[in-house]
Parts: sequence; C-alpha cells; structure tokens
Amino acid sequence: MKLIIEQLLNGLTIGSFYSLIAMGYSMVYGVMKLINFAHGDFFTFGSYMGYTLLVMGITFITSTLGVWGGMIAAMLIAAISSGVLGLTVERIAYRPIYPAGRLPAVVSALGASIFIQNAIMIIWGPRPHAYTSDVIPGFILNIAGFRINILQIIILLLSFLLMGILYYIVQKTTFGAAIRASALDRETAALMGININLIIFFIFALGPALGGVAGVMVGMYYRKISFIMGWNFGLKAFTATILGGIGNIPGAMVGGLILGVLEMLGSTYLSTAYKDVFVFLVLILVLLFRPTGILGEKIAEKV
Amino acid sequence: MDNILKIENLHINYGSIKALKGISLEVNSGEIVTILGANGAGKSTLLRCISGLIPVHKGDMLFYNKSLKNREAYHIVIDGISHVPEGRRVFATLSVEENLNLGAFNRRADRQLVLERKERAYSLFPILKERRKQLAGTLSGGEQQMLAIGRGLMSDPKLLLLDEPSLGLAPILVKQIFHIIKEINKQKVAILLVEQNARKALSVSHRGYVLETGNITLKGSSSELRNDKKVQEAYLGGAALKNK
Repeated sequence: MKLIIEQLLNGLTIGSFYSLIAMGYSMVYGVMKLINFAHGDFFTFGSYMGYTLLVMGITFITSTLGVWGGMIAAMLIAAISSGVLGLTVERIAYRPIYPAGRLPAVVSALGASIFIQNAIMIIWGPRPHAYTSDVIPGFILNIAGFRINILQIIILLLSFLLMGILYYIVQKTTFGAAIRASALDRETAALMGININLIIFFIFALGPALGGVAGVMVGMYYRKISFIMGWNFGLKAFTATILGGIGNIPGAMVGGLILGVLEMLGSTYLSTAYKDVFVFLVLILVLLFRPTGILGEKIAEKV
Repeated sequence: MDNILKIENLHINYGSIKALKGISLEVNSGEIVTILGANGAGKSTLLRCISGLIPVHKGDMLFYNKSLKNREAYHIVIDGISHVPEGRRVFATLSVEENLNLGAFNRRADRQLVLERKERAYSLFPILKERRKQLAGTLSGGEQQMLAIGRGLMSDPKLLLLDEPSLGLAPILVKQIFHIIKEINKQKVAILLVEQNARKALSVSHRGYVLETGNITLKGSSSELRNDKKVQEAYLGGAALKNK
C-alpha cells in the first residue's frame, strides 16, 4: 500500500512534466496542424538555461535569493529563453514554408530539433550536466511513515498551478475561445476580427515557456540533464498529447498525468526495463478503441 | 449619394480564372441590397473580397471613402463590416455564448459592452439564450444560422454581408430569417445580401444587382427587378408573381 502511494506520487510528478510539455505540443498542433518536433528541445534549452543561471552563477543567485528564490528565478529565465527560442524557430523554420503544406513543415521541425540539440551540445558540451545539490531546494518530511521530499510536492503544486492557469486562459476566456476557434476554422476566425498572428505568437511563446519551466523541474528532480533528453521527454509528451486527444488542452494535461502514473506503476510491478513498452502498449490500445484520444471528441457538424 | 460602400471596376482572379471581371456597385446607408446570380457567378467571391479573405486584382473598394484594398480581414471587421459566411461556419465545439463572444473579439476587454450586445442578439434570437451553454455543433441548421447572424452582429457593424442565409433551411425558418433581416435593417445596419431565394430576397431588399459569370448585367430597384422578364425567367421560376 505504501509503495503504491509513493509510486503514484512519483508517477504524478513525472506525469506533470509530460503534461507541461504536452500542452505546448497540443496548442501548436491544434492551431497550426503542425507536429512541432522541436518542442522537446525547447524543454532541454530551458533546463540548460536554468542550469547556467544557478550552477554557473551560483554564488550570487542562490546567496541573494535563497534556494527557493533561485528555483523561481531559474524557472523564469527558462520560460523566457525557451519562449524566445520558440518564437525564433517559428519565424525562421516554420513561417516561410507554411504555404508549402503540412508535411514540409514537419520535416523542418525535425531539422530544427536536430539543430537545437547540436547547438546545445556545442555550447554546453556533450557530457551530461548536474543541478548540484547546493542549488536544489527541498527537504525530506516524514509524514505518517511516508518519506516525502518537499521539492516533489512543490513541483507538483506548481505544475498544477501552471496547468490551471493555462486551462483557464484556453477554456474560460474569450482569448482562449479565439485560440480554439482558430484551430477549428482559421478563415472564419479572421471574420470575427481575430488576428491569427497574435494567436501564433501566443502559442509559440507560451508552449515553449511551459516546456522550459518543466526543464528546470526535471533538472531539480533528476539532477542530471543532457542535451538529448528533449527527445525522450518530447516523445513521451507527444504520446500524452495523442492519449488525451491531440489539439485538446485539457486532454494533454490528463494524458500526461495518466502516462506518468502508468509508467511508474509499470516499472514497479512489471519491469523497469519494459516500462516504455507498457506505456506505448496503452497508447496503441487507446488508439485502437478510441482513436480521438481520451478527451478528444468529434461533434458532427449539422448541415 | 450617401453610399457607405462603393465598389469600382473590381477584378478578381483565381489563378488564370477571372472570377469577377470589373464590377461596380454601391450600398447606401440603411439599404438592403441583393445580389442575384446563378451558382458560380461570383457572388460569394465578391463578399469574400469585401471582407478581406481574397485579394483584389484590379479596381477598388471604398468603405466610408476609405479603401479596403490590402487591408487584413481582421481590420475590416474593426472598420465596421461583418461577414456572415455561406454555410454558417459556427465554431462547432465552442458554446453558443463563446461563439457570440468571439463576434466582439476586439471589444472583449469591455465586458459591459459585450454583455449588452449579447443581450441584443438574444432579444433578436431568444432561442440562442436558451441554448447559450450548448455547443454550437449541437444546434439545428436554423439555430446555427441564427447564431451565425447573431455572431456577425456582435461587432456592431455598419454593413452586414449575408451569404446565402436561407440555404438548406425549412420554409418556415426561411420566413423567420428574412423577417429578422428586416429587423436588423431597421436598426440602421446596411445589408448586402447574396441569396439563391431571389423571390424572398427581392421582397425584403431595396435594390438589387444581377451578377452573371463575373459581370453585372442588370441593376435596379427591387420592384424593377421583380418585373423584369429576364429576372423572372432566370431567377423567379418563370411564372409571373401572382402574390405581388
């Protein structure tokens, strides 16, 4: 019982990383119909920017702001730099080839992914880096026999807060309705007075920014970061996106959490080595029996 | 004349196909103007060009003496032209209320104003108020058309472009839609109407134009058009209008 609860908590934590990344995937796919394969690398970039601020600039950031303040500062830097990178990639790698159709844009996204990965490798070196323990906040709490790291709880709460904010924007505000409307029918959205460039700016800034924050969280949670980690996390987040229903923001959140929990339970009770097999098996099953994803639904348009 | 929309010698090409070959027309303030024409005559093309969805090849369009050429679609809405597109095009997975809110997208910061305009739309179409939490895709065809028109009015346009508002609707609903069109016009909104149902369209409009394969071949007041032999044969089913 204790193991289950601990592993559920771990699963939710990992799942919240997937969710944060998945929301960016989903927003971009929804509006642009583009699978943004570079999205996982925005996450890596954010993680490295946070690392640079904290570990390379440790003496002044952590000593002035404290470890928690340092964490927030790293997340802000990661969000801003990943957001700027996202907008830059959109401008350079995607915008010029939108007229060519969807497939060339996907190929360009793959190219952007490889480019960013290699750029990170050149800038920071090919060897993994570590968020050292002197910059990582948190302490172990003993609650009713459970050993819980407070960092994990904070990460979870922060993820849920960010997801909640994005959920609110996308589902409850008129601006969010404009995002969803642009995803459904861009031409009619323009007739409503919606400037599509404003929507594109929003999704390509905010999606990567959330990925960047997740990058710092992953750095603090696993401590080790590497220039290729965006591939694995990106793939999982993409799976989460499909699991929840692509283009559907709440679906991406739910899909990420489910995926994280499944992965943790799978590695606890089945096999650590086969945890990914377990995850993708579930994906295949969902696609077989509910191709639109868990929350994805298609409403037939009446004529 | 106090025309608010003036189109001069407008040419539009789709690749090598000439969709509009130099048409001129005007809409005066407070008017309902009908454009009659067969399928493929270029009626929808004309509306789509006015609202900025397709580029002008030659000629000009003036709205309150300001050129609409090279203006983005979302600017043209702010200028005061609202386009209710053919086939309704409501956002199916958004609620009725969200669809209406989007009609006033550029005024979204002014909640009070949006609320007032929404109430106005609801008073025109009470059924939309009942269904405001429902997804637009679950509405009937007639309700979707009402939503599309209500949404188009949310930007408080001076000119409303209506593309085939009665298409695919049951006769009772067609009657209702045309009644609403007159109601909207009474609130000092000029309307440019494209309609296959020529009889109905001419019964509500002040003037009309006949568009044939990219050219305007006839224009006049609605009663002139109704009594025109060619119009009667081509668009009014041949038979003389007994009820008029």
